[in-house]
Amino acid sequence: MKMTKIVRTTADVFYPFCLVFGLYVVIHGHLTPGGGFQGGAVMATGAALLIVAHAYTDVTRRIRKTALKILEAIGLMMFLFAGLSGILFERPFMGNWMALTGKLFGTPVAHGPNPGDLNTAGLLPLLNLGVGIEVLGGLTIILLYMLSGIKEEKQP
Amino acid sequence: MMKIALYATILLVLFGGLTYIVADLPFGAPPVSDMDDYFIRNGQEQTGANNIVTSIVFDFRGFDTLGEATVLFTAVLGVGMMFRKMKEGEEYEND
Repeated sequence: MKMTKIVRTTADVFYPFCLVFGLYVVIHGHLTPGGGFQGGAVMATGAALLIVAHAYTDVTRRIRKTALKILEAIGLMMFLFAGLSGILFERPFMGNWMALTGKLFGTPVAHGPNPGDLNTAGLLPLLNLGVGIEVLGGLTIILLYMLSGIKEEKQP
Repeated sequence: MMKIALYATILLVLFGGLTYIVADLPFGAPPVSDMDDYFIRNGQEQTGANNIVTSIVFDFRGFDTLGEATVLFTAVLGVGMMFRKMKEGEEYEND
């Protein structure tokens, strides 16, 4: 079932902005409110928008379920390996070995209000990105599965 | 009609009783706040994250978040199993 052309065009225009805003929330997870779960949910909302506006079969031709499954597995793997990576540097599992070293993601932060720097917080951006990818794949695939009944509807 | 009135009365009485009990509980002032104070005072310097919520969720309580991500993964697996395509001629077992 398709909506009118106005709704379809609006959905097409808003879909990339949805993804970019979700990615912004994920990447700035250690600076601003939000994080992996929230940003992933925002990105999954874009797929819901497309399904509402377009026909279900048109959307599944663009968004493949297999790709989403792989994305979800990659997200969880990324989280796990980011957690395990501390073992190489003699830190415990999930130990934040990248923080406060002055290298990648390691700029020290003083206590109190400050403008915020993306290059801080050590492992947290990586974990946020992993969770964000996983939630994006997982929620989108749940949406696709649960809305798959729509495709039976024929236009009169 | 009488049944609905009865149910509404029971609900109202339960709600009123609950409100009466809960109204006395302190809110926003935990009796033991050592851990909260520690996180608020040192979370930013120790993890380097400006967002203290993220520093708790992903660093101090990272193992918990791993479990959360696993729960989501398992939920998606379950949904995928429920909504899978049936094979030709396959039927539900409990029909």
